Amino acid sequence: MTRLITGPFNRVEGELEVKLDVTDNMVASASVNSPLFRGFERMLHGKDPMDALVLVPRICGICSVSQSMAAAAALANLTGIETPRNGNLAANLVLACENIADHLTHFYLFFMPDFTREVYAQEPWFAEAHSRFAAVHGRATQEVLPARAEFLHITGLLAGKWPHTLAVQPGGTTKAVAINEKLRLTAILHKFRRFLEATVFGADLDEVSALETLADLQSYRKMQASRPSDFVGFLNIAEALNLEHLGRSADRFMSFGAYELTDGHVFKSGVVDDTQSSNVNLDLITEDVSHAWMQGGAQHPFEGTTQPDTEMKEGYSWCKAPRLGGKTIEVGALARQLIDGQPLMKELVQAGGGNVLSRVAGRLMEVARLVPLMQEWVSELEPEAPFRNHPGQIPDGQAMGLVEAARGALGHWLRVENGKIANYQIIAPTTWNFSPRDAQGVPGPLEQALVGAPVRKGETDPVAVQHIIRSFDPCMFCTVH
Amino acid sequence: MAKGQRQKNLLWLQSGGCGGCTLSLLCAEAPDLTTSLAAANINLLWHPSLSLETGQQVMEIFEDIRQGRTKLDILCLEGSVIQGPDGTGKFHMVAGGNGLSMKDLIAELAGLAEQVVAVGTCAAFGGVTTAGDNMVEACGLSYEGNTKGGLLGGNYKSALSLPVVNIPGCPTHPDWITETLGHVASQTMKPADLDHLGRPRAISSPLVHHGCSRNEFYEYKASAEKLCDLGCMMENLGCKGTQAAGDCNQRPWNGSGSCITGGYPCIACTEPGFEEPGHMFTTTPKLAGIPIGLPTDMPKAWFVALASLSKAATPKRLRENAVSDRVKVQPTSRLFKKPGTTSGKTGS
Repeated sequence: MTRLITGPFNRVEGELEVKLDVTDNMVASASVNSPLFRGFERMLHGKDPMDALVLVPRICGICSVSQSMAAAAALANLTGIETPRNGNLAANLVLACENIADHLTHFYLFFMPDFTREVYAQEPWFAEAHSRFAAVHGRATQEVLPARAEFLHITGLLAGKWPHTLAVQPGGTTKAVAINEKLRLTAILHKFRRFLEATVFGADLDEVSALETLADLQSYRKMQASRPSDFVGFLNIAEALNLEHLGRSADRFMSFGAYELTDGHVFKSGVVDDTQSSNVNLDLITEDVSHAWMQGGAQHPFEGTTQPDTEMKEGYSWCKAPRLGGKTIEVGALARQLIDGQPLMKELVQAGGGNVLSRVAGRLMEVARLVPLMQEWVSELEPEAPFRNHPGQIPDGQAMGLVEAARGALGHWLRVENGKIANYQIIAPTTWNFSPRDAQGVPGPLEQALVGAPVRKGETDPVAVQHIIRSFDPCMFCTVH
Repeated sequence: MAKGQRQKNLLWLQSGGCGGCTLSLLCAEAPDLTTSLAAANINLLWHPSLSLETGQQVMEIFEDIRQGRTKLDILCLEGSVIQGPDGTGKFHMVAGGNGLSMKDLIAELAGLAEQVVAVGTCAAFGGVTTAGDNMVEACGLSYEGNTKGGLLGGNYKSALSLPVVNIPGCPTHPDWITETLGHVASQTMKPADLDHLGRPRAISSPLVHHGCSRNEFYEYKASAEKLCDLGCMMENLGCKGTQAAGDCNQRPWNGSGSCITGGYPCIACTEPGFEEPGHMFTTTPKLAGIPIGLPTDMPKAWFVALASLSKAATPKRLRENAVSDRVKVQPTSRLFKKPGTTSGKTGS
C-alpha cells in the first residue's frame, strides 16, 4: 500500500487536502480534510440577529446569495412575516443567477480544464479539448467570462452587487424594480439564453430540458457529431473515459426544495434512497464531530455547538459530519433534478448512480431548465406592487432557514435569546458531501466515491481522483465556515 | 507595454477569507479579466481558482520561487492571515504542506516577492474574519484593523520601496484589482500613490458618497426610514457613504449596481474595522438625535446648522419620496415654457 497526500487541491472553492491509500493501482481508502477554520458560528454569537445578514454572505464568495437567503428565511420564520410575491420572485432571480453563474464557472473554469492535462495528450479528442478548455488561455474562457459577467448584471439590477448583497431580507428584497429595469432583465436573459443555446448546448433550451431517456441523450449527441457544443464535447469525452463508472457514492440524495414561491417550491424537496422516495425528516439531521477537530457529540443543529480543538486524537478535518437518520447524504444539482423527477436524471442515476457523468449532466440540465423559469419570473414582476414587507423587532425563539445553493442543501439553525443570537449552526452542501467519518466509522460521501478510483503508474495527484472530487463542485469555504 | 519585455509573474494565495474577491474579479468587463492581465503584462504563475496545476505541481512552483528559478514579481493574498490557535496557525495549514502553516508560507513567499498586494479588506486589515472575539487570531498582512502590525509588521517595505499595497473592499470591485495590479506591474507606483493605510489613492480618494444617486435626498436631509425607501440612508439606516473610501457610485458594480441603488446602506467595507461598527449595521447610532458619524471633514456645528436648515426647506416631493419605495411625487420642470404660460405646474 502507498499513501498519497494531494494538496493544495485547487479549482475547488477554498482549501482541500485528500489522503489516499492506494493498493493495486486503486484507491482503497480516502480521508478528506478541510484545512481552514474561520469560526463564523462563534462570530455570530451575541450579535443582533439582523447583523447575520451582513456576516453570513461573507462565509462564501461563490455561494454568497444562498447564505443570505438561508439567513433571511430563518429570520422570516422567526417573525412569521409574509413575503410579497414580487419579493419572492426577485430573491429567486438573484439566487438563480448566482446558481447558474456557479454552474458555468464550475464547468468551464474548474472541471473541464482537467481534460487538458498532459496525461491525455495521446487521446484523439485532446487537441480540441485543449484548445477549448485549457486553463486561463482556452477559447472557452474568453467566451464564458464576458457572458457570465453580463449575466450577473441581473444582480446589479436586483441586488446592488454580487457577491455580498444586503438586498435579500426577511420579508422580501430592498430594491423595487421599475418597468425599465424589468425590460433590462428581460433583455439580459434573452442574450444569455442565446449564448447558452449557441455555445453550451447547441440546441434550444426547451429541447435540452425535454431530454428524457438515455436514447434521447444519444440522439442529441449524434445530431452534433460534426460540430459539438460544449455539453456534447463533454459527453463525448465522458464516453471515451467511461466517466459513468467513476466516482459512485452511496446513491442517497436529498434536496430541501428550491425556489420557493407562494405556491411551494419550483424544484421539489425530498430524499431518494436507492430509488425509494420520501420527505425530508428534518428532525433526523445530526452533526457528528467524532472525526473533526471539534469537541462535543452528535447533535441536532438546534443543539449543536462549535468548539474547535486541535488536540482531538481521531480528528482529521475541521468539517463536521452531518447525517440524516445516521446515514450519509449526497446533495447537489443532480440530487435536486432527480428529486424533482427530471426523467433523464432518473435514468442516469438508475444506470450508474451518482457519478462523474451524472453530476455534471445534472448541473447543465438545471441550467437548461432554470433560465426559461427565470424568464417567466421576470415577466411576472409587477413594477407597481411592493417587494418587501418590513419585519419589526426580531422576537426571541428558534427557527431554521433552508435553501438550495448551487451545490445543494444549505441550512441555517438560529436561536435568539434576549434579542441576541444565542446559537447559530450552519450545514452547507459540501459539509454533507465532504464530511469525514462518523462515530460508526462510516466515511463521508466523497470518501466513499473515491474508493476504487484508478491510479496510474507514477501519479502523485491521480487524474481520476481529480475528476471525482471536482464532479461534486465542492465549496470548501462554506464547508467549515 | 514594450515589446519583448519580460512578463511579471503573479502568484495568488488565499487564506482566511471567502474567495469573494476572486469571484468579483471574474466579473471584470470591458475588458474581461484575461485581457486585462495580458494588457498589464502579467503572467498568472498560479491562482487557486484558475490554474491547471494542482498538488505536487503547485509545490514545485513554490520550490522554483524558493530556489530562484522563477522570479516572483507580485504576491497577492486574498483573505486574512490566520495565526490561531495560540499563534500556531493550525486553523489553516497548507493542504499537502506536511505540517506547514499557511501563515508561514505567506511570510516566506512575501519575503521573496518583489511586491506584496493585499486583495480585499481581509488581507489588508483582517476584515470580517476578525469579527466577534476573533478566535482564529486573524490579521491583515501589515495591519490589524487600523493599527500597523499584522503578519509582515507595519514597517514592511518591498523591493520597490512600497508598503503592502492594500486593495480594500468586501468584496473588491474588479477594476480596483486590475488597475492596481497594472500599476504595480508597470513599476511606476510611488509611495505617494498610496494613502495612509496603504490603499491606492485612485480608490480611496473618492468617497462612496460621490455620485450617490440619493444625493438630492441627502442635501435636504430627506431620510429613508426603512430599507426599500428611496431617501437618504445616513440619518436612520447606518449609511457610511459620506465617510467611506470608494468610487462605488461613480463606477457601477455588475453593470449598473451599487449598495445604495440596491436599496441598502454603505457599511464602509473599504475601511479597517468595518466588521465591528459598534452598532447594528443597518441602524444609525445617534446622540441627542444627531448621527454620531458625521460626513468626513465636516465640523459638527456646521452639520447641525445645515441639517436643520435643509430639513426646514425640504420640498414636499422629497419628503414624500424619501419614505416611499417608488417615486410618488414627480419633479415638475419650469424649463422651456412657451411664452404666455404662467405656471410650470402640471396636473392638480
